[in-house]
Amino acid sequence: MLLKLENVKTYYGNIRALKGISIEIEEGEIVCLIGANGAGKSTSLMTISGVLTPVEGEVLYQGQSITGLRPDKIVQQGICQVPEGRMIFPLLTVSENLDLGAYLRKDKNGVKADLDRVFSLFPVLSDRRGQHGGTLSGGEQQMLAIGRALMARPRLLLLDEPSLGLAPIIVDSIFDIIRQINQDGTTILLVEQNAQVALRFSHRGYVLETGEIALTGKASDLLKNEEVRKAYLGE
Amino acid sequence: MFLQQLVNGLIIGGIYAMIAVGYTMIYGVIQLINFAHGEIYMLGAFFAVTFISFLGLPFFAAFLLSMICCAICGMFLDVLAYRPLRESPRLAALITAIGMSIFLQNLAMIIWGSRQKPFPHGSVPAYFGQIAVTFGGVNLSWFHIFIFSFTLVMMLGLHLTIKKTRWGKAMRAVAQNQTMAALVGINVNRVITYTFALAGALGGAAGILVGAYYNSLYPTMGYVAGVKAFAAAVLGGIGSVPGAMVGGVILGVAEALGAGYLSSLYRDGISYAVMIIVIILIPAGLFGKLIKETKKSM
Repeated sequence: MLLKLENVKTYYGNIRALKGISIEIEEGEIVCLIGANGAGKSTSLMTISGVLTPVEGEVLYQGQSITGLRPDKIVQQGICQVPEGRMIFPLLTVSENLDLGAYLRKDKNGVKADLDRVFSLFPVLSDRRGQHGGTLSGGEQQMLAIGRALMARPRLLLLDEPSLGLAPIIVDSIFDIIRQINQDGTTILLVEQNAQVALRFSHRGYVLETGEIALTGKASDLLKNEEVRKAYLGE
Repeated sequence: MFLQQLVNGLIIGGIYAMIAVGYTMIYGVIQLINFAHGEIYMLGAFFAVTFISFLGLPFFAAFLLSMICCAICGMFLDVLAYRPLRESPRLAALITAIGMSIFLQNLAMIIWGSRQKPFPHGSVPAYFGQIAVTFGGVNLSWFHIFIFSFTLVMMLGLHLTIKKTRWGKAMRAVAQNQTMAALVGINVNRVITYTFALAGALGGAAGILVGAYYNSLYPTMGYVAGVKAFAAAVLGGIGSVPGAMVGGVILGVAEALGAGYLSSLYRDGISYAVMIIVIILIPAGLFGKLIKETKKSM
């Protein structure tokens, strides 16, 4: 087991955003977390990343508790997040954004190799290296956000709404790349409102409803599930 | 006379710039106007004099040691006073900053007394008072040249640190988005504390230079210098480091020319007038960006 959430309860301000959720992720999987707006999807990722601290429950990474650790300590252990809204540093150049992704790494040659890999996955970023992050289009910013996370060479990649605000044709190409990153050996936890796409690209899924896990199973089963189809696939 | 005033203005402006970058860097990372920054400047001057008279250190050694002490004071200020309030409304930190300013002023009065003090006799190198160059009727002393080149080197060093180093990138990242900075693995609190250290060292150096230049130090000296440097930071656009540098120089020159051509009584008034005009006409400052105030920010 790479990551395990045990009965995690987290407050977001005064709101009880997670009412005790349990999630398990095996090494090499793509797991998606689907649900409506406000179901607690982003809160789950922020709790794993250490930006929010759960009031109860445990987050276990490779069997060790990482509950309550500082975000930078969690990144150091190999968990990286691409947050909702991409959070590109708008006044830093594309190159500087990518450099910061590798902030904690000391292996210069490895960083250089990963930079080449990011540029081969997203050639457009190479053309825009010297440009400020804030001047990129939405799709390019998403690529930069994913590229920045890859620069840390994560073992577990958390992706929050990678499809948000992107044209359908770009969504597919982003997801193709996510699949490729997974095949290169990175485990992925994906949060999506776009359940159709998320389930199509994932191995397993969890359905989150107002802070609780309502349903879980293989992605292909969830795609066929009647409740899921009604609630999230618009049928 | 114009040239002489211009030179005076450039020199005092460089000192304002050194204080102003402290305000603007701290504002950049935690959106706080650190009102206690002027007191760090004052402490710089007092530390230097204390090291000279009690430890018998030569001027430059005392200068360096005092800068280090001011850096440490800046870090303490952040860790003790501001860090516990990171999640609180900004107003709480702002009031704490005013409180720390009053506290440090009074602490200095208890330790060193409230009377004006000079630098110990003979502690400032004698050649500082001698004329180094004369051109177009302007006399430049070695002290002028030292202040001018020191501020220039500091500003250049600061610029390169922010633009080129790993730490500088981390600082800019924290200024732009703290959550994301943490998510790439930056220890946000540590970057903020180091920013206070850097601001403290530069502010302290400015205090020593002014104290030695006018050969006078007193516990409330940080107040006026602090307000003027704040005016310079606002003029340049608060949060912008190049803005603070340019703002400081413009303010210094405006003041010197105003004092020379109108009356030296107007010296302080000119700074405040500049600040008021900037706030009314270009609220974002020369290099700043206007950001819409959101509800949660106050």
